[in-house]
Amino acid sequence: MIRFSGVTLRYPNAPKPAVREVSLAAERGALTAVVGPNGSGKSTLVRALLGRITPSHGSITIDGDDLAMLARRDVARRIAVVPQREEPAFPMTVRDFVALGRYPHAGAWSAPSRDDALAVHAAADRAGVVEFLARRTDELSGGEWQRVRIARALAQGGAGIVLDEPTAFLDIAHEMAVFELLGALAHGGRAVLLVSHQLNLVARFASRIVLLHAGAVAADGTPDDVMLDRATLERVYEWPLLVRRDAVGGAPEIVPLRERGPR
Amino acid sequence: MRLRLAVALVIALAVAIVAALALGPVALSPGAVWHALAGDGTATATAIVWQLRLPRAALGVVVGAGLGMSGAALQATLRNPLAEPYLLGVSGGAAVGAVAATVLGLGVWFAPPAAFLGAAAAVSLVLLVARIARAPHDARILVMAGVVVGAFANAMILIVLADAPADTVRGALWWMMGSLADANWRGVAWVGTYVALGGAALLALGRDIEHLSLGEDPAAGLGVNVQRATRLTFLAASLVAAVTVAGAGLVGFVGLVVPAIVRALGARSVRGVIAGSAIAGAALVVAADVAARTARAPHELPLGAVTALIGVPFFLAQLRKAT
Repeated sequence: MIRFSGVTLRYPNAPKPAVREVSLAAERGALTAVVGPNGSGKSTLVRALLGRITPSHGSITIDGDDLAMLARRDVARRIAVVPQREEPAFPMTVRDFVALGRYPHAGAWSAPSRDDALAVHAAADRAGVVEFLARRTDELSGGEWQRVRIARALAQGGAGIVLDEPTAFLDIAHEMAVFELLGALAHGGRAVLLVSHQLNLVARFASRIVLLHAGAVAADGTPDDVMLDRATLERVYEWPLLVRRDAVGGAPEIVPLRERGPR
Repeated sequence: MRLRLAVALVIALAVAIVAALALGPVALSPGAVWHALAGDGTATATAIVWQLRLPRAALGVVVGAGLGMSGAALQATLRNPLAEPYLLGVSGGAAVGAVAATVLGLGVWFAPPAAFLGAAAAVSLVLLVARIARAPHDARILVMAGVVVGAFANAMILIVLADAPADTVRGALWWMMGSLADANWRGVAWVGTYVALGGAALLALGRDIEHLSLGEDPAAGLGVNVQRATRLTFLAASLVAAVTVAGAGLVGFVGLVVPAIVRALGARSVRGVIAGSAIAGAALVVAADVAARTARAPHELPLGAVTALIGVPFFLAQLRKAT
């Protein structure tokens, strides 16, 4: 559904491109994960989907339509993006915040319709935030806030959802809840494109992993293809690693080694 | 905007207008004001109300409405509760344009466009400074840049005035401190027209501004054309602020105080805050002008000084919250 073909992205005045000739695809019914070290270009790909930076080479398409030719509203009706960080300048209720996701579907002056209200409630229910719809956005914990943002993306209602490190700063329970939700969304037919640092969780939930290194694709394939290639992972992360299979589900798992000693 | 809030704000505005029509060197009872408005009052009362006090109150309404809406839109777009036309140097830039037009003898019709050009230049400069400092959304940097641009604008005005005739200088200085004293119906008409046009544009942009207040990336994700929406908002907010400067000089802090009050009273959407700030801004400026006229009668205080007396403590409180 979302496809990058040979995309090069360069920030204004930057000496070299942030992303070089990257090709990847996120299809419906699959959780596609983009991983890689800090500065490898993951968030730049997300910003390109937001139209905040345009490719100098290559093309980005959504269901075959060139992103550059689509109006932002049209893009927003097809894919929802949860950027890395966001904080409303002025606090609002969670219900109002989730309802902002209906913007791409609304007329300039029309009041929210019954469909909008239903979509907001359904999205809040799916993301598990119904019980705090009446609370204010500045009164939420980190985990609650991330789920509220995902609820807004769900209210947007497109077939694609793109998330940039949605579980940063979350504890185990909140992180697992987000991954379970994303897994369920993919299973339900959406195209989920996830940028994450959590390789071991990604290996358990994703059907495809794209490993970025210095702006280019270093590996692309199933979790087994990417995670069992220890040499590439060590080169990309510049750290000695142990690769094994986890004891529960047998997904590939990496353990970073200590510089000295076995622990 | 909630109905109760709208009703409360309209009542506040009505009270301020009645006070503006009743109070002054010749005090009129509300009944006398009513009869004068209805056209069956005494000749003196009718003249005072229709020729002196009503145009002045009307200018206060359109100036206050413009400053309130401009501040509300700028605060949401810049994601910054300290943003307002005066503190951002927009009003200062407008003053340079208006003074230049006046000194060059271009007449009243060219003052608003010249003020608008000055305001647009000032807002571009402030945003450029903030971008160079790599902190376009840092409240402190923006206000600092605005104060610096405002000081620069002040210097420009003083240079322009250096070899102007004495009465021009006196008039210009009085006007730089903000005043509704020169109000007339023609002024009310053109300030009102520009404020209505700019305000309508800001209300039309309301949904986009709402999303910009989340940040540029989230706004883009929700389908906002960020660059276009930001530019149009700055354009409309600067136009509205500039025309109030051309009409009444530098009246500071209204754009800061009013949107914060309207939000605190429960307005939720950006459109609600903009509309509420129009009414509340009108009420504040009319009331401040009543205070300016009556506090030390028969002398008149500069309107900008009165609004600053209200605004500065408010600014300090907001600064403490924001940083």
